[in-house]
Amino acid sequence: MSVIGSTTLVFSEEQAMILDVAREFCRDQSDITAVRAQLESPDGFDPGVWQQMVALGWAGIALPERVGGAGLGMAAVVPVLESMGRALLGGPLMSTALAGQLVLRAAGEEQDELLSAIAAGQPATIAWLDNHDWGSAGIQCELDANGVLQGRKQQVMDAAGAEWFLVVAQQAGEPVLAVLPASAVAADARRDCILIDQTRRAQTIDFTGIAVASTAVLKGPQVAAALRDVRLLGALLVAAESGGSAASCLDTTVDYLKTRKQFGKLIGSYQALKHPCVDILVAVDSTRSFVYHAASLLDDGPLSRDAEIGCRMAKAQATETLKYAGDRAIQFHGGMGFTYECDAQLYVRRAQWAQQQFGDAQHQRKQLAHLLLDA
Amino acid sequence: MNAVTDQQKQAFREEVSAWLRANKPADPGFLLPQSFMEVGSEQQLDFLREWQYKVWSAGYLGMAWPEAYGGRGMDPVFQAIADQEMRRQAVPICFNVIGLGWAGPLINDIGSEADKARYLKGILTGEDIWCQGFSEPDHGSDLGNAQTRAVRDGDDYVINGTKIWTTMGNFAKYMILLARTNPQAERKYDGLSFFLSPMDVPGIDARPIRKLTGEYGFTETFFTDARIPADCLMGQEGEGWKIAMKTLQYERGAEAGAAGGLAFVRIVIDDMIDQLRDVRRDDAPVLDDPVVRDQLVQLVMEEKAITLGDRRANIGALSNDYPFSLQLSNKLRFTENTRRMRQFAINLQGADGALYVGDEEARQGGFWQRAYLNSFSATIGGGTSQVQANIIAEHILGLPK
Ligand SMILES: Cc1cc2nc3c(=O)[nH]c(=O)nc-3n(C[C@H](O)[C@H](O)[C@H](O)COP(=O)(O)OP(=O)(O)OC[C@H]3O[C@@H](n4cnc5c(N)ncnc54)[C@H](O)[C@@H]3O)c2cc1C
Repeated sequence: MSVIGSTTLVFSEEQAMILDVAREFCRDQSDITAVRAQLESPDGFDPGVWQQMVALGWAGIALPERVGGAGLGMAAVVPVLESMGRALLGGPLMSTALAGQLVLRAAGEEQDELLSAIAAGQPATIAWLDNHDWGSAGIQCELDANGVLQGRKQQVMDAAGAEWFLVVAQQAGEPVLAVLPASAVAADARRDCILIDQTRRAQTIDFTGIAVASTAVLKGPQVAAALRDVRLLGALLVAAESGGSAASCLDTTVDYLKTRKQFGKLIGSYQALKHPCVDILVAVDSTRSFVYHAASLLDDGPLSRDAEIGCRMAKAQATETLKYAGDRAIQFHGGMGFTYECDAQLYVRRAQWAQQQFGDAQHQRKQLAHLLLDA
Repeated sequence: MNAVTDQQKQAFREEVSAWLRANKPADPGFLLPQSFMEVGSEQQLDFLREWQYKVWSAGYLGMAWPEAYGGRGMDPVFQAIADQEMRRQAVPICFNVIGLGWAGPLINDIGSEADKARYLKGILTGEDIWCQGFSEPDHGSDLGNAQTRAVRDGDDYVINGTKIWTTMGNFAKYMILLARTNPQAERKYDGLSFFLSPMDVPGIDARPIRKLTGEYGFTETFFTDARIPADCLMGQEGEGWKIAMKTLQYERGAEAGAAGGLAFVRIVIDDMIDQLRDVRRDDAPVLDDPVVRDQLVQLVMEEKAITLGDRRANIGALSNDYPFSLQLSNKLRFTENTRRMRQFAINLQGADGALYVGDEEARQGGFWQRAYLNSFSATIGGGTSQVQANIIAEHILGLPK
């Protein structure tokens, strides 16, 4: 079999409709003034906009109809995240969608009440990272024999507004998930992170001492599989969002290159700027292809080898692309690029955040090398 | 001047090293600028001014400048040693860089006696802060097209126009100003003149601009019928371009004469490697990861090649195939390497890479994140990398315009 593997790429009617609606929604609700208004706000997003997203059904778009979702699977979340990335729209959709998947995949129907709450728009998030190593296979946070959590989690995405936490822990060496309502996590156990990407919010949380009811603990072999899959889905959503951001970053640069003149000529006429812009375009295009390819391979079951390859390639491509697009956006805006007022900085900052999430490009390529070359 | 002996050099190195150890200021407890281009607050300014004054008082700044003007009239090798020791001990920058590094050498070189007497000492002590008014909103890379007007009126020139990205414009007492005295000149360059302009006359308004880091450090500088004395003109009317180009050679490190001191917090690849010693990646030390090692070694080679290039540039027989190439490409090589290295440093921090200045768990207080954002000051300021590459292509390789 060729190392190229699957080249499936399908885009459903539903996805096309979602993409249309999401593009327009994000454009209307998140122009650059709206984005900037949130940079230094406590929540980082406009609750009114989130409510509208919920009303559009996006909180439950991937969840089964039995819990009030649209039953369209993760492939339907991808165009929404891409559109949000384009408009730099913040809010808890990514964290909530991933939390929903984790519950769905780790618990089956036992947790339908929680899934219904999520589908109805109660934001949820996964408390995942024990330390800075996204590639770590171990879990440090412990659920002890008395059902009490011991451990601290870093950069819990959208934690401040989350109504539900899924705490990744281990009990006697086996991965488990503790489901906590927000009220279980005291204010003094939370610390707001200061992130380089000012469109996002996260908290570092000390869960030590929190008792978890046994009915709120998800365990069993499917938990490890769900964690593995949701990590890949996380990589894919970040890739989709980064791809959108990279595309609008490129637009920002190209617009400037079409209006700024030096030496009596539009700077876009200089090949030193033109060619890197084409390199970015090519990379943005590759990103989009990988993202929708990976989305084509998803269903509610465990991720296939091809899907894993797709998600990893999408992530590796997308965040390198955004990094490059942002870096060049600053450079090609000259002195203007060095200001807070210029949007280039928003993309560069996002790129530094995004490259880390769910493993950076080197991590993904290393895993891909195993998958592709060690058969 | 007699040749300096190795013994003298060594003795001096020990002296300056001991002084720095004894006098290096304690961490002030607020964020210090990583370069002279980021002095954004009075607090930072006061601290840096005090430090520069101290270095000068101790005799370690302007060592090769004439004694009559606050220098020590010594062989430049001593200043080079002092600078190396400052770098090694990572002391704060000597912030008045536009004076120390560009305006000062220029005045030393082509200024009148009166100019030297008036300006040089204040540059060294840090009392007189200098800024540079070259770039304009519509003319940055195309500096030769600058349109700020200077019109002779009796004993004054009257200045009208807008400069931008003026580093320390709001703190400066003087500006090296490029302005157009003759809009009719056949070549755009020939209409320009160069001024050593005061900043405290009526009609000059320097408004701070916020940088991508959220900090401050440069201004948009408006001139509205600002009158400056006619003797501020340096050289003759119409010589502005030639003098500005000379200034840029100092700025790009292609010509010697700077007073010394650190303009930047020097960040070398060792610093980056050191901060990674406790970082883990895929359950193993990041520095054991073959992918990382390969890229790190590449960056080490780039940095080493820069230093070796500086050495080789001084050996005529080894640098005459492309005369002046190493000097001319110095800025391009150094600043691009710096930008890449800092970005990679963030990349290698794992999840910590997403944290920024102010987060108590950010690595080294978010030093690398801020340093990466700031690195564009050097790939854009002083002539962008793209324009540098054009200059090298045309002047060194002889490629057509
Ligand atoms: C931190 C900082 C501090 C600064 N401090 C000062 C200061 O103290 N005093 C001062 O006078 N100026 C200062 N500058 C301004 C700096 O010199 C200019 O920003 C720089 O020369 C570029 O000009 P510009 O900003 O107008 O960009 P532009 O000239 O508009 O350039 C925009 C883009 O076009 C590219 N470009 C332009 N022409 C060409 C070409 N022919 N071929 C290929 N590419 C081209 C550039 O590389 C850049 O990527 C500072 C800038 C920064 C970022």
